[in-house]
Amino acid sequence: MRDVGLVGLADGIVGVSFGAAAVAGGLPWWVPVALSVLVFAGGSQIAAVGVVLAGGSPLAAVAAGAVLNTRLFPYGLAVADVVASDGAADRAADRAADRAADRAGAAARVTGGVTRRMTACVAARRWLVRIIGTHLITDESVAFALRQDGRPKRRAAFWTCGIALFVIWNVSVLLGVLLGSALHDTNAFGLDSTFPAVMLALALPTLTSRSVRVAAGTGAVIAVALTPVLPAGLPLLAALGGLGTRWAGWSGLPRRPAWQRGGDQKRDGGRPRDGTAHGAHGAHDPATDDELTTGGR
Amino acid sequence: MMPMTAIVALGVLTYAFRFTGPLLRGRVTVPAAAERLFADAATVLLIALAATAALTAGHGFAGWARPAGVLVAGVLAARRAPFPVVVIAAAGVTALLRLAGVP
Repeated sequence: MRDVGLVGLADGIVGVSFGAAAVAGGLPWWVPVALSVLVFAGGSQIAAVGVVLAGGSPLAAVAAGAVLNTRLFPYGLAVADVVASDGAADRAADRAADRAADRAGAAARVTGGVTRRMTACVAARRWLVRIIGTHLITDESVAFALRQDGRPKRRAAFWTCGIALFVIWNVSVLLGVLLGSALHDTNAFGLDSTFPAVMLALALPTLTSRSVRVAAGTGAVIAVALTPVLPAGLPLLAALGGLGTRWAGWSGLPRRPAWQRGGDQKRDGGRPRDGTAHGAHGAHDPATDDELTTGGR
Repeated sequence: MMPMTAIVALGVLTYAFRFTGPLLRGRVTVPAAAERLFADAATVLLIALAATAALTAGHGFAGWARPAGVLVAGVLAARRAPFPVVVIAAAGVTALLRLAGVP
């Protein structure tokens, strides 16, 4: 609980600086607010606004934000059992509901109607929970959930953290918008430094292997070098070319099973990295169970 | 400028990434190599964004105050300082340098 509070405080500060910097950069107030409600993923919001403030097109902003959020897909796999009710139980309930509806339909129209309404109601509630839970998948809620043992505890941690952060994030962005509108020169307060600082703090804990460090370094050089000559937004996407270094070195030799490769590949690939958003606290354990599962395949 | 359609598009894409995981659970396994590629792509983007946002404004150099603040923040983050400290240090260093007349 205390940890959720600390993370909430950190996110609140980021939210305030995000809202303030976005408005100070000349965007209307509803842009950061709508992003926070509809996207609810700090890094990608900051990235998208950063691209737009640098003069990039909305398309480039959406592309950058979307690439950052691909990690939510493996997160979803990791917390599927706590986001909604259990998959197997779900399917069993569905089958039971179908059977009940069939029987009721065959027996009597009236009873059938009632049963259908009841099962529809239960199904609707389950879907509502699932739809909301899905939106609450973030670095933080996943990290907190995976830290717990047993499904009830994981579930409680996920929902507590997810709801708390959704409220804190949106309130703090709103505060930031008010602050940014009230201040005349936010640059005097150094708010423009908070964007790159946040992104750096998010990325540093993920630089766990040599190959990703080389790729990121190359990408950064590409992006900075191209900034003077390309329209804003494009240098960033060109930075993805840094990933090409993965295949350029010895570590990318094709068709060799992962378990035969050296330590270079030992990464917690895509798995919710504890403290991705709060790397400062994140303890990293890059070469444990993932390596084992890779070897077993 | 960021039109509402772009915000909604990013929201829908983001929701799709969140949704497909629980939907496909137990039916697919993501190849470890693909997971690594996603994770690395996010890292490369974040670092490139941090670099361009720290060093450039428009098509030119941003001045020294901002990269200096970000550098201090980066050192603090690498030393596992708490997140609020990192963010406040970045703004504080940049603000102080500007107060001292550094652009």
